[in-house]
Amino acid sequence: ADAALHPLQDTTLGSLTVYVVPETSSLLPQGINVYVGKHRSALVRAVGSLAALQARLREVTQVMSFTAASIAAALSDRVPDGRLSPDARRDLKSSLGYEITFSLLNPDPKSHTVDWDIEGAVNRYVKPVLDKLSLVANFSVDSQILYYAVLGVTPRYDKESSSFLLSAHSLPHVINPVEARLGSSAASLYPVLNFLLYVPERSHSPLYIQDKDGAPVSTNAFHSPRWGGIMVYNVEAPASPQASFPLHVDVDMARVMEVFLAQLRLLFGLSREEVPPEFLLEGPGNEGLADWELDHLLWAHTVENIATVSTTLTSLAQLLDKIGNIVIKDDVASEVYRAVASVQSAVTKLSLGHLHAAFQASKEAVTSSERAFFDPSLLHLLYFPDDQKFAIYIPLFLPMAVPILLSLAKIVRETRMRKKEPTKMD
Amino acid sequence: GGMAALLLLLLLAAAGAGPGRADAERERRDALQEELLLSPLPTGDVAATFQFRTRWDADLQRGSVSHYRLFPKALGRLVAALGVRELHLALTQGFWRTRYWGQPPLQAPAGAELWVWFQPTVTDVDKAWKELSNILSGIFCASLNFIDSTNTVIPTASFKPLGLANGTDHHLLRYAVLPREVVCTENLTPWKKLLPCGSKAGLAVLLKAERLFHSSYHSQAVHIRPICRDASCLAVSWELRQTLTVVFDFFSSGQGKKDWSLFKMFSRTLTDSCPLASQSKVYVDISPKNKEKELLEVSPAPTSVHEAVVQGDKKTYAVYDLLSPSLFNTSRSLNVQLKWKRPQDSSEMPIPTLHAQRYVGGYGLQTGEICTLIYNTHPYRAFPVILLETVPWYLRLYVHTLTIITKGKENKPSYIHYQPAQDRRRPHLLEMLIQLPANSVTKITIQFERALLKWTEYPPDPNHGFYVGSSVLSALVPSVTAMKDMDVEQSPLFTSLFPSSDGSSYFVRLYTEPLLVNLPTPDFSMPYNVICLTCTVVAVCYGSFYNLLTRTFHVEEPSRGGLAKRLANVIRKFRGVPPL
Repeated sequence: ADAALHPLQDTTLGSLTVYVVPETSSLLPQGINVYVGKHRSALVRAVGSLAALQARLREVTQVMSFTAASIAAALSDRVPDGRLSPDARRDLKSSLGYEITFSLLNPDPKSHTVDWDIEGAVNRYVKPVLDKLSLVANFSVDSQILYYAVLGVTPRYDKESSSFLLSAHSLPHVINPVEARLGSSAASLYPVLNFLLYVPERSHSPLYIQDKDGAPVSTNAFHSPRWGGIMVYNVEAPASPQASFPLHVDVDMARVMEVFLAQLRLLFGLSREEVPPEFLLEGPGNEGLADWELDHLLWAHTVENIATVSTTLTSLAQLLDKIGNIVIKDDVASEVYRAVASVQSAVTKLSLGHLHAAFQASKEAVTSSERAFFDPSLLHLLYFPDDQKFAIYIPLFLPMAVPILLSLAKIVRETRMRKKEPTKMD
Repeated sequence: GGMAALLLLLLLAAAGAGPGRADAERERRDALQEELLLSPLPTGDVAATFQFRTRWDADLQRGSVSHYRLFPKALGRLVAALGVRELHLALTQGFWRTRYWGQPPLQAPAGAELWVWFQPTVTDVDKAWKELSNILSGIFCASLNFIDSTNTVIPTASFKPLGLANGTDHHLLRYAVLPREVVCTENLTPWKKLLPCGSKAGLAVLLKAERLFHSSYHSQAVHIRPICRDASCLAVSWELRQTLTVVFDFFSSGQGKKDWSLFKMFSRTLTDSCPLASQSKVYVDISPKNKEKELLEVSPAPTSVHEAVVQGDKKTYAVYDLLSPSLFNTSRSLNVQLKWKRPQDSSEMPIPTLHAQRYVGGYGLQTGEICTLIYNTHPYRAFPVILLETVPWYLRLYVHTLTIITKGKENKPSYIHYQPAQDRRRPHLLEMLIQLPANSVTKITIQFERALLKWTEYPPDPNHGFYVGSSVLSALVPSVTAMKDMDVEQSPLFTSLFPSSDGSSYFVRLYTEPLLVNLPTPDFSMPYNVICLTCTVVAVCYGSFYNLLTRTFHVEEPSRGGLAKRLANVIRKFRGVPPL
């Protein structure tokens, strides 16, 4: 049904089409009242009164578009603590580009020779998703294999399952030691998303991650907001004890990419909301995310960009108020003007609903404001403070001023005495 | 939770199972070789040279390559992003004494040296050079960001590409040296991080900082260059060589005894080879010094003995192959020990064919003279040498005083390239091709004048002096014994860095000592003195004049006297003088 409806719709970014079908229609399965498609359309069954229909329509728009809570989450860096739920501040900050790095960690190359067809997996699974997301930002993907990279935490041996367990509270300590080996990308300025695949050593196999309740996690992976994700890939012990080491391991890329792409969606904040039980969501298929989810992301990023620009320009203005010595060059001034104009046009376009144009304008605004704020010429006149001027002129003028001031005081005293006793003069 | 699983299943069903992997055993496109060469030096010291060579059959220039295995990702992205064709970076502490130790396999000047050939597709070479030096300074924790136009030169003849080259427009080459740079543990750690096995397995377990820096000479280098993939040279591979040379001193590390062992040098022994390496060997130089039976004994017994002609001399090496299973049969660790069978005579010290020296002459703080002495000790062959000198702009060279004298007669160079300095923008560059007659000493002198810098340009310790980088001598030295052309993949790594054109001569690059020159320094406390003096003079002068001009005088009754008068009267009574 969704595919059939697709040519009928208006597919501009930010738009939403809802079709209302009668209660007895057989298009929707039993018990399902709302069907949300892969593109920007939904089917709603008209059950009950008009008010109930209105409520359901409002629910649909909240799921497929934005809510007050999601906008607040986008602005979460600017809202003071205590006014947000603890789940906020988890999505990736809006940026012009992202770098995705897949790393395979093999701490025990003597026991395991691990091979992964990362190039093929990236082309087959990751590229369609990134192509769809290319509207939001530029993505670049690379991968590496690191040997002798260990997790910083020693897993605990569990006798009942005869396996090693990493408990949930030790997971935050895993990332730091590994990060030193990952290498920062020196050649670019975009934030990096790291996806690590860890093949445990033979002495610590099999290794499972425990969640807070103590049950092993089914995908054996966890992710850290704004950083990336880690998955543990267990290798089966060899059948015969005389197997020759190193064992050759070929990684099942489909299983691994499943988990990494799900983590990527979580990092971008796409799978967050809970939908009511009578909703049926169509799966996004090969592309990894539905059109309305892309709109959702664009709304959030546009709002965040506009907030960033206003914060940056406000702090620049406050800085100039405090330190009057800074000279603003003409090109810095023109960048500021351009940023302000772009932000204003972004806000007007948002109110009109032109999402794509608003997003482009907000990106331009962010670029201009960052260029103005971080311009190196702003630092030049900061180091000529007033107390140095005092230190040079006081040793000269103070000794000269002292006799003058003393004689001025004497003159004032004499005139006052003369005025008081005019009769004493001869 | 459940929704995510549903989504994923639908996602991958659509993507299809995929062909998975094409072949069961993926053929490797990269290879790692590691090697350690131990050579006892004539003075009783021992030199250890580590080389790690990663060779990757991929074309980094194409821009689409981004999946790394043995080749480190940081360097690969750097080469691809900035259009680098060849990169050579060396960080050295100490000086290789060629006269006493012999020709070095790879020498580097004291401090940091960086020379890079860029691809012809790079349009703004200076901008790429600046970005490259900043990124490398972050990767290696060295202050390479001080490389700017005041210490970068463009040599025309000296640094030809060591890898594949399509054409050599020398405007794509940049060379800079920072003689004041100090090398320490902070530079060794990121260097070790670039190795695939890190310092956990293979030969790199010996690299522990507390022993490596307790030495007379420590040099670590990174060389990246493109090479032919095979003999037909239809495709390009990239080669990364990481080399580390360290010389342990006879007196401090050896405690006065000439017997060396791996444990004595590094306080570690070898336990296994790196599992990722296709070749892992230790070579010990056991060449006899004067054609008699060997003086040096190695234990345990080597797996094989290798003979080669290296740098013009026939040399014999004892080889320990860490990948051969027989090596670790008897003991779990390998500790190579070198013992002298009979004491060495000091008269057996061989003199290298080409060596040089440089020093500053003159007196006072106004003028001076740079003298370079180049020795050719070959008995009957003459050969040319290219000398490259980079002198900072604050030593103003007078080129008309350049004299080259050999055996008492003037020697005219067949090629001179001189680029004068521009104050605060460019250093002097002098390149000359000089023919050295057999068995001679050539003296090259040039006079200079020392400039007075602006007071903010002096470094924090101005009386320490200013460093002048080493000069570079490149020559094709005729060899005594003919060398046969060997396949690059089969020969040991220490013979294959410099391409050899024919069997009758070998390429050598020597560096002279760096110079330390004093410049006239101003008195840095003068601003404070000036302020104090001026203010005092003005205050006293002005104050006195003002008081004289404006004070009014009136008669005063003599007072009975206060404390001062009574004290004065007491003193007068002692003196016997009438009171006030």
